[in-house]
Amino acid sequence: MNKVDDNHDPHLAHHFDTPVQQYSSAKIGMWVFLATEILMFGGLFCAYAVYRGTHPDVFLYAHHFLDTNLGAINTVVLLASSLTMAWGVRAAQLGQKPILVIMLLLTLLGGVGFMGIKTIEYSSKYSHGLWFGSDNAFYVKSGKYTNPEELTGAIEYGESHAMPHEDKGELTDEHLELQVKDAATEDVLDNQAAGEAQDQSLPASAQSNIGNATNAPAGLSSKFAEVEGDGSAYVTSEKKPLTYEDLDPQQQKLVSQFFQIYFLMTGLHGIHVLVGMALIFWLFIRALRGTFGPKYFVPVDLVGLYWHIVDLIWIFLFPLLYLIH
Amino acid sequence: MSATQPTQQTDIFGKPVDEQHKDNYLTHQRGLMSWLFTLDHKRIGIMYMIAVLSFFFVGGVFAIVLRVMLTMPIADASNQMRFEMNDTRNIVESSGATVPEEAIKLLYEPGVTDAEAQQQKIEVVLTDAASSAGAGAKVVEYPELINARDAAAQKYTQDLTNHNTFYNQSFTLHGAVMVFLFIIPAIPAIIGNFVLPLMLGAKDVAFPRLNLASWYCYMGGALFFLWVLGKGILNFLVPTLEGVWGGGGLDTGWTFYTPYSTETNTAVVAATAGAFVLGFSSILTAVNFIASIHMLRPKGMTWFRMPLMLWALYATAVIQILATPVLAITLLLLIAERAFGIGIFDPALGGDPILYQHFFWFYSHPAVYIMILPAMGIVSEVISVFSRKHIFGYAFIACSSMAIAILGFLVWGHHMFTSGQSELLNAVFSIITMLVAIPSAIKVFNWLTTMYNGSIRLDSPMLYALGFIWLFTIGGLTGIYCATLAVNIHIHDTYFIVAHFHYVMVGSTLFAFLAGMHYWWPKMFGKNYSERWARWGWLLVFVGFNITFFIQFIMGALGMPRRYATYIDKYTIYHHISTGGSLILTVGLFLVLFVWIHSLLKGKQSPANPWGANSLEWHTISPPPHANFDHAPPATDPYDYSHWRWRPEIAGYVLNEDSEPEEKDAMARNDS
Repeated sequence: MNKVDDNHDPHLAHHFDTPVQQYSSAKIGMWVFLATEILMFGGLFCAYAVYRGTHPDVFLYAHHFLDTNLGAINTVVLLASSLTMAWGVRAAQLGQKPILVIMLLLTLLGGVGFMGIKTIEYSSKYSHGLWFGSDNAFYVKSGKYTNPEELTGAIEYGESHAMPHEDKGELTDEHLELQVKDAATEDVLDNQAAGEAQDQSLPASAQSNIGNATNAPAGLSSKFAEVEGDGSAYVTSEKKPLTYEDLDPQQQKLVSQFFQIYFLMTGLHGIHVLVGMALIFWLFIRALRGTFGPKYFVPVDLVGLYWHIVDLIWIFLFPLLYLIH
Repeated sequence: MSATQPTQQTDIFGKPVDEQHKDNYLTHQRGLMSWLFTLDHKRIGIMYMIAVLSFFFVGGVFAIVLRVMLTMPIADASNQMRFEMNDTRNIVESSGATVPEEAIKLLYEPGVTDAEAQQQKIEVVLTDAASSAGAGAKVVEYPELINARDAAAQKYTQDLTNHNTFYNQSFTLHGAVMVFLFIIPAIPAIIGNFVLPLMLGAKDVAFPRLNLASWYCYMGGALFFLWVLGKGILNFLVPTLEGVWGGGGLDTGWTFYTPYSTETNTAVVAATAGAFVLGFSSILTAVNFIASIHMLRPKGMTWFRMPLMLWALYATAVIQILATPVLAITLLLLIAERAFGIGIFDPALGGDPILYQHFFWFYSHPAVYIMILPAMGIVSEVISVFSRKHIFGYAFIACSSMAIAILGFLVWGHHMFTSGQSELLNAVFSIITMLVAIPSAIKVFNWLTTMYNGSIRLDSPMLYALGFIWLFTIGGLTGIYCATLAVNIHIHDTYFIVAHFHYVMVGSTLFAFLAGMHYWWPKMFGKNYSERWARWGWLLVFVGFNITFFIQFIMGALGMPRRYATYIDKYTIYHHISTGGSLILTVGLFLVLFVWIHSLLKGKQSPANPWGANSLEWHTISPPPHANFDHAPPATDPYDYSHWRWRPEIAGYVLNEDSEPEEKDAMARNDS
């Protein structure tokens, strides 16, 4: 207490001995906090896994309603903003104020872009009666559609999105060849997936599954061959995406569940993006004032970590929701 | 303690503290604002103490409400008839007529098959009565009597519904308040906040502002939660209030099980929102503890030279970090389910209510270890200090805390043996659950071995710690019954489970909490308490607790289901004994409170180290100064008591000046 030296770092809190200790504490605290974020989203991923596992066709069908192009653009936007964020952290550490300011601004713009595109997606869903909760055309309560008048329009909207997938027919054949022959391939991952698919399907109904896979529809990758194989043989016998009529009546009633999970996951993610944008804006203001430099960059570093985790969660959300095959 | 109490603050060498060093966190600054905006971990700990103990009081009141209600079950057959006969008489008399007692007896004669014969008999009685009664006295007519009887039956049904509603809301309030507002924060937030930085020889936790934020989250969440749940109770007692502030209350039990919680018309959304905010408090505290233990350990305190309390708090914090966010998302899903009908948990919408149970217990089973692990930390400290013997099997106790933390995440399914999950899953969860017994037993055996050949002092903290071992052993061993699949089917949702988790959660955690409070009380407030009355308090709490809950094992094994407001006659005696025990327990707890308040008002100044412990919090004056230490104390083996000598004139231990050159050096440096 009595040792007040003149070189005392103004950013060093009284209960830390050295700036390094303070920096490491902040870092570890942030990582621990990010662990809680992962687990919070983990609950939703778990719900996703459960319902996708129990109703695979519902997910396969309903994902057509999402706009893969917009999702892909958003992925790129978010990845780019992660790059600018990381660059910003580096700039703060090196004391390059102009670069830091620019990078924070670019990151912020990335967030704005992401949320803008998300808004377009959401409003398109809303206008086609595919909103959250009971405000959804597919919503069924006690066996009855609550918004039957919107159903036809919504189905048309979604199934028109599905068309581009037909173009991938050739590619699929390649995959399937791989799977059936189980030949050596450069693509180790694909091969493994194919192998797993066969292994798992063999004991139950090996013949039919492999047979189905051979006649697989457009967009059927080897990975989920076994999933589609059971319960929906008619799907795999035709070269077209699933339609609402293809689903059995039990599953038709569960389509809205995909939207619930979609809105929950992307909504919670969106809230995190908004929080991140607010934090980056706060950093931006402080960076303009020249607060950050080689001696004090912890806030930039921590917000950077947060921004990356938000990005990372999207990296998982995008394929799980948009790229189902 | 002895009559030669010092009145002056003394340092660790027994020397009076001079004026310039008389700094005390309690008097460092004054005024309410200096408390509400404090960043001092000690003050935040004290603020937690006041809040948590207040909520403990509320939860306790409802425990007594439940126990008292259970001595008056209104639904068994004999009671029902008595109630209805009384009401029939009252209804008739309120209309200005009289009814002969014989008519009512005939009306309620059991086993009547011939209704017409009964009617004739009654009419005869009524006519007789009317003729014998003088003019001006009106005897009831038969049809009016029948109307009165029907009205009485209706009233009884209404009373029964009210009784059940009130009981349901009361046990929900009791359980939810005790779990979320008392047991989970009690040890980490009160004692942990106070002693963790002191044990580290640090000036504060790593993030003091987050620490204060966690207190505000706790207060916000807790008051809101209590407000929502309490509204239901108050509306029930004074029905007009519902018009004033709307409905509320909660009757789902603290577990919010779906599908009931998606259907009930009580305030599930508001209550879960409150619990959600409370979760933040828990997470912020945990982040703080983890960062502090990682980064603020002093030189010489390696991981395996930390006091075991720190290991326990660390393991607790890890669980809080990994489990609480899952509860958060579960509660959000439940809110979304109720507010928007998303159909995740509602079978009417294609959802799976069992998924809720999986989510909920993925948090709430580890939460049981959030409650018990810090308790074990306290006991590890107390047992060693009061046996004047180095803790036995240090590394085993430390590692078993982590083992419990990890295993705690793998056993949630044992709450769901009867939910219809697969038999394989049941078997796996059953086996892993039994594995938890291993680290738990390691701890118990190490405590016993620590005491073996020790020089045991039965001061009140030690009595509570011994009580802990006793209760935890009973709770733990009956846990094996519960984990056994076949037995579980029989005792599922009976009082056996109630008794089991009260032994583990209340018995163990409450006793360790009280052990910790008595142990660190002189450090917290710099005041001694009356050891004699503290021991009486312990005796009443211990006896009361065992009477209350041991009988419930028997009652549960005989089949008394939990959460029922009423029961058949054969359980009456057990419920009466249990209620009697709960009253003794209440008296005991009030005595403890009295001892504490008396200590605050009249207590003598306590020395720096009244117990002769060697962890770092005893290396500073009592109560500690604002910055905890005048000089950073050297970290030595926390369980090596050889340097401390008893000094009767200050009623405490002092550091043997020859054996601690380091400490003297540091002090000398500081004084110069």
